[in-house]
Amino acid sequence: MTLGKLTWSAIPFDQPLPMVASSFIILGGLFALGLVTRKGWWPYLWREWLTSVDHKRIGIMYVLLALVLLLRGFVDAIMMRSQQAVAAGGALGYLPPEHYDQIFSAHGTIMIFFMAMPFMIGLMNFVVPLQLGIRDVAFPVLNAVSFWLTASGALLVNISLVIGNFARTGWLAYPPLSELQFSPDVGVDYYLWALQISGIGTLLAGINLVTTLLKMRAPGMSYMRMPVFCWTALASNVLIVAAFPILTATFGMLLLDRYVGMHFFTNDGGGNAMLYFNLIWAWGHPEVYILILPAFGVFSEVIATFSGKAIFGYRSMVMATMAICILSFMVWLHHFFTMGAGANVNAFFGIMTMIIAVPTGVKIFNWLFTLYRGRIRFEVPVLWAIGFMVTFVIGGLTGVLMAVPPADFVLHNSLFLVAHFHNVIIGGVLFGGMAGYHYWFPKAFGFTLDKRLGLVSFWCWLVGFYLAFMPLYALGLFGMTRRMHHYANPGWQPYLIVAEIGALVILGGIIATVAQLVVSIRTRQFRRDLTGDPWNGRTLEWSTASPPPHYNFAVLPTVDSLDAFWRMKQRGRLEFPGKFHPIHMPGNSPNGFVTAFFAVVTGFALIWHIWWMTIAGLACAIVTLLAFGWVERADHEISAEALAANERARLRRTDYA
Amino acid sequence: MSSAERLILLNATAIMLVVAVPVIVLTLAFAWWYRASNTRAAYRPDWEYSGQIELVVWSVPTMVVILLAGVAWIGSHELDPRVELHSDAKPVRIQAVSLDWKWLFIYPDQHVATVNEIFVPAGAPIEFMLTSATVMNAFFVPQLGTQIYTMPGMTTHLNLLAARVGDYPGLSSHFSGGGFSDMQFMVHAVSGPQFERWLDSTHADHPALDAESYTNLARASSNVGLQTYGNVDSMLFEYILKATAPLAPSARSEQ
Repeated sequence: MTLGKLTWSAIPFDQPLPMVASSFIILGGLFALGLVTRKGWWPYLWREWLTSVDHKRIGIMYVLLALVLLLRGFVDAIMMRSQQAVAAGGALGYLPPEHYDQIFSAHGTIMIFFMAMPFMIGLMNFVVPLQLGIRDVAFPVLNAVSFWLTASGALLVNISLVIGNFARTGWLAYPPLSELQFSPDVGVDYYLWALQISGIGTLLAGINLVTTLLKMRAPGMSYMRMPVFCWTALASNVLIVAAFPILTATFGMLLLDRYVGMHFFTNDGGGNAMLYFNLIWAWGHPEVYILILPAFGVFSEVIATFSGKAIFGYRSMVMATMAICILSFMVWLHHFFTMGAGANVNAFFGIMTMIIAVPTGVKIFNWLFTLYRGRIRFEVPVLWAIGFMVTFVIGGLTGVLMAVPPADFVLHNSLFLVAHFHNVIIGGVLFGGMAGYHYWFPKAFGFTLDKRLGLVSFWCWLVGFYLAFMPLYALGLFGMTRRMHHYANPGWQPYLIVAEIGALVILGGIIATVAQLVVSIRTRQFRRDLTGDPWNGRTLEWSTASPPPHYNFAVLPTVDSLDAFWRMKQRGRLEFPGKFHPIHMPGNSPNGFVTAFFAVVTGFALIWHIWWMTIAGLACAIVTLLAFGWVERADHEISAEALAANERARLRRTDYA
Repeated sequence: MSSAERLILLNATAIMLVVAVPVIVLTLAFAWWYRASNTRAAYRPDWEYSGQIELVVWSVPTMVVILLAGVAWIGSHELDPRVELHSDAKPVRIQAVSLDWKWLFIYPDQHVATVNEIFVPAGAPIEFMLTSATVMNAFFVPQLGTQIYTMPGMTTHLNLLAARVGDYPGLSSHFSGGGFSDMQFMVHAVSGPQFERWLDSTHADHPALDAESYTNLARASSNVGLQTYGNVDSMLFEYILKATAPLAPSARSEQ
């Protein structure tokens, strides 16, 4: 009783697949821990990363989390593709439905919440303060708390692989299927608590970046001098602040149903699952813009930089971004046109959805005219951007097609829909993430990534994407619905085999990405970026060293135009600053790491109904949060002399001295 | 999909391709022509605004959307699943119930019921009323057109028509748990006389669907195959609709 519902039977000893998978993860984890201990890296890790409140370190950890979870989500993907490639015409494939259903639920949950979200938030965390010309985000310690809470959620999802099981309800856990009556085991509880904990982290991250963008820009940086990426980050984080509370409240109601027998979404007791559909998509549709808007920002930076031109139609870009931000809240019903709402309601939401295509189309045109009369250097980031422009036009087209309600009546929930959202999430968000990763990697680490392997990765992803998802568009038109464990029609199988091959090509891209990182680290002394400006950049992040000192800028830059750094270079105004002032920087704080540890304990205890542990974990989490919050932090000051010496050393290395 | 839906798909796609194809071609063309190594290409690093181009880039997508909005508004009304279809033939009423994990189809006027298959006279409008006795599902016969959710305690309406004699596979298009993939059924569109013959043989040969046999049927199971019932209470659908919690949790986990 002391361990609630947790018994030895929670560990699936009799099922080889999860046991092998989890053994690999546990052994890999133990190996990593052993290596760190043996090499004596713990003090370094603790000091420089685990307790860091530096927005750059936190941003890097977000992106690292995203890349690791990309691997986990991709393993799920390739298992699904393999299952559907073989389970045709009476064959049942190699996965039992109870595994297959967990795998597609975990794939969606992980890829959206723990791959795409941390990837975008990580890029924003790293880049926004640098582009704004400031030294950190508004609330550095809160920033660490946000990251570690996101990591807690990711950890809980992966614990479900070993102890218990994950949800078998799809990535949005629609009731009544996700209610206790139909999903009595801990799978949905893992899903809900993991996302509640990481959702709080995301909300705090959003508040932090909104505050930073509104209140902490460099002297002279008015709103209309902010880089486009900062605008998209602002729009995205405003959406986080507005939408994530809806998600938390919705999951809260489902949790009340499951834990204390309430009836918000049940079949009986006056509950109604349609409420959940409306609420979850009132969060869910803004969510896709939370993901895609920062990616749009990355493309704007990359295309302008590598074309050697200012972004075309800056004001249009800003207007389009904010228009998407507002419109994204008015389209949620297009996710369930087939629920039987009347023709007027369906038509209204269909047309609202199409209207979003206007600002999105404007953005595509503006990128096009940024390329026009440019001098395009085909480095890896710009390839991702051009691959995105072509791919995203197709994804946008199929999206608008499904916004026509009668078309959606035959395409909804089909593989056409699956192909569409992978088209925009891979072709948009992931390509944006990869473009940003290649673009800002030298800024983060002081050396560039290997170009050849970068090209391999890009082409594998691009070709693999088309091979994997174009057949799904066709299958959707033939009437194949999503989430099928097996299917009767043998005519579908060839398409699914091609899709499987596409997934394998993408695997090549993932391997190339990992290899690229390893090779680049090993050959870093040959690929150092000493100037801080490897791409001939336009915005302020390129005006400081690579990697930037933890205070970012020795003297805060004064901004008098858009593309501030480009103008400075044109005017040759990169002289050595005359006078330095001491800088006050926040010290490390274990607050985020320790609070998140107790959040994992609390979440785990809630999932397994271990009430004493829930109370203890929650109490410890709150006490930690408050205690570290009140404690006199070890802030430190960097003297003017030290700053001057650092800057002199840096300028000696650059061409601008 | 129905011919009207196919036409809307084609029209909407064609309208968008008028813009999408030039955009894709121009993207690749600009990227190629303005490559850094092309010394013949113009380079205007400070060219960042043109009022005329701005006007075009805002108005082109706007016009496309205005056109598509018309398609969407008219299509939503004409192809609303509730709208009854016009035909000289007498409509057939069918009440569809999604169960774990099979479909029950009740013919309230003929007092017969089937599991996982539907017989209809070709050319006659079919008026579906749908609900679910378990979690949500969606009723979808791809070749006939529109799908619609089935939801416990609620009724949705759908009008379809199979113009030609033939077999049309159907499925559930909303994930509903472990046996979801087996929620497949077949729509047999037959000639009028064949439909009458089928009704007669069903009335003559098959068992009744009463409270007991319904309770057995409603228990979670998959791959149950086909079944027909010759004598069905015409109030069964209403009974299912009102019994908001038809199954205890234990019944589902037994399976």
